[in-house]
Amino acid sequence: MNSLSRLIAIFKKEVRQLRRDRLTFGMIVGIPVIQMLLFGYAINTDVRNLRTAISNEANTHLSRQFIAELRETQVVNIIDTGSTPAQLEDLLRQGKISIGVVIPGDFDRRVVDGSRSAVHLLVDGSDPTILGVANQLKAMPLLFDVEARDSTLPNIEVRAYYNPERRTPVNIIPGLMGVILTLTMMLFTAVAIVRERERGNLELLINTPVSSAELMIGKVIPYIIIGMIQLALILGVGDLLFQVPVRGSIVDLYLAASAFIAANLALGLFISTAAKTQFQAMQMTFFVLLPSILLSGFVFPFDGMPAFARWLGEILPTTHFIRLTRGIMLRDAGIGELYPELVALGIFTVIAMTAAAARFTKRLD
Amino acid sequence: MNSEYAIKARGLSKRFGDLLAVDHLDLDVPRGQIYGFLGPNGSGKSTTIRMLCGLLTPTEGSARVLGFDVPGKSRGLKPKIGYMTQRFSLFGDMTVRENLQFIAEIYSYPSGERRTRIEELLEKYDLHAQRNQLAGTMSGGQKQRLALACAVLHHPALLLLDEPTSAVDPQSRRDFWANLFRLAEDGTTILVSTHYMDEAERCHRLAILDFGAKVADGTPRELQESTGMHIVEVIADDPYRAQSAIAGLDCVASVTQLGVRLRVLIPQTEPDPLVRVESALRASDVAAHASMTTATLEDVFVAVTMKPVEPDA
Repeated sequence: MNSLSRLIAIFKKEVRQLRRDRLTFGMIVGIPVIQMLLFGYAINTDVRNLRTAISNEANTHLSRQFIAELRETQVVNIIDTGSTPAQLEDLLRQGKISIGVVIPGDFDRRVVDGSRSAVHLLVDGSDPTILGVANQLKAMPLLFDVEARDSTLPNIEVRAYYNPERRTPVNIIPGLMGVILTLTMMLFTAVAIVRERERGNLELLINTPVSSAELMIGKVIPYIIIGMIQLALILGVGDLLFQVPVRGSIVDLYLAASAFIAANLALGLFISTAAKTQFQAMQMTFFVLLPSILLSGFVFPFDGMPAFARWLGEILPTTHFIRLTRGIMLRDAGIGELYPELVALGIFTVIAMTAAAARFTKRLD
Repeated sequence: MNSEYAIKARGLSKRFGDLLAVDHLDLDVPRGQIYGFLGPNGSGKSTTIRMLCGLLTPTEGSARVLGFDVPGKSRGLKPKIGYMTQRFSLFGDMTVRENLQFIAEIYSYPSGERRTRIEELLEKYDLHAQRNQLAGTMSGGQKQRLALACAVLHHPALLLLDEPTSAVDPQSRRDFWANLFRLAEDGTTILVSTHYMDEAERCHRLAILDFGAKVADGTPRELQESTGMHIVEVIADDPYRAQSAIAGLDCVASVTQLGVRLRVLIPQTEPDPLVRVESALRASDVAAHASMTTATLEDVFVAVTMKPVEPDA
């Protein structure tokens, strides 16, 4: 009974301090909203308007028709058609164009012949996205003469399930949810405890009848609530501004989020036992955050990563949470179908919590 | 439960790596008294207090505080002790009343009496005007009164104060000690560490610590009477020259300058200290007046923390 009232006392104190800490309070709302606006509007993997110059050595009717078709794709923004191949190389090196198109003098013959490539694309390979676009351009049909069209060529048609319009925010926001919760949950918990140690509050608290468990649980509950509020905020903004759907059950989504928040809080607690200053806590948080962004499948497709990176990614809670949110929000998957991800989050929480509890004692030595 | 002593420690030691912070300390603190720890910075005062309330595990030795073995039984001890840390450790972003409220909740103070108790403390520690002020914005003296109010809120039998007056002005220090005497009269045992001589003098008993070891203990009067030193006070127009004249004497243990006065400590094995000092002054042709006097606590401190005199090479 006393134990519960002590826990409530810690909880009330934490909420009271949080309310007075305008910066943190602002971050709770600000981080999700600003990040969503940034990522939602700025990140766009549909590449358009790549600056392109063309060296048209053929200058035939057919070659001009080809250039017109190229322009129509809107992928390229043709800024010059009168360069020489050498000039194209210069422009490319200077970063003035991303793609150079060389149409050789015998273009017409090559098109009909089909055994030699009719067009050369010079591509700025230093940006992988542009290289990917160039590969798409390669698939552009070059045979304009109906009779000459080879009907045996495989005609591949792509149908994008779950995101037919291929809108980037639909892919980004379920993942962003994971990244934002990772950042705020882990950082707030770690800093909340380290700050008390820095300010000397902890020395006072551990001399009172409060137990470590009461202290930790009482401090962490407000942040669980904050996590839930942030989740609602992300879903609300996602729906309002980017029309990101929640096709599955919202209850499932909150269940998944609870497991994920628990994992991050446990990690935050562990960090708080290792860090001596708030600055160290911040550094350790970013040490975890960066791989959570890069290796979780948020930025790069998980299956496309090398085995070692995938193995690292599997350790991170964010990886599992992103699979859960993409599944529930976009593919209408039930939480039962995704249970291995929940189990993974559970295991992570137990390990991190055990490690944190082992390190945190009510003593100073 | 031992009724005579609030704290009993035997051979209490704490080692941090190569540093022996507390060196086999024996301690007997009688109930209802103000017991002082006097010592320079780094003499092990804080470490000892932390061991006594179970915050640090002793490397060696044992302690019994209010009948509880520490650190083993320190959980049962927590509700019975009040602890004031060296640094202000309350919540600066909460008001005075909120801090007191929080402490009352943490100690499970009966909820029906909380309000009355907090009002009583606000009144007693002169914090009524600041009750809705954020603790972090108060002056040093106000913070210290709040810290004391929080430490005694739950009526602890033992109060541990770690250099409580190091950040406050002399007037606040006087008021603070008045509060301590009032608490002691009500039966609270108080262990207070300090490096101020005038504060040490107010304690019922005190222990002088140096490099982690207890070098003397007793009542201030006992300590002053048992220095084993003659105290000769010299008043000179040119204290610097007088000091060089006296320092040359082989019987002098220490010379301390206080303005135009010099306090000369000479071991009591010397039969005629005044004569020797006067003749040394005359020999150096220094105009000065020397007289025998009684030891102050400062003299005691100098005498017991003195390094053994190295023979000249």
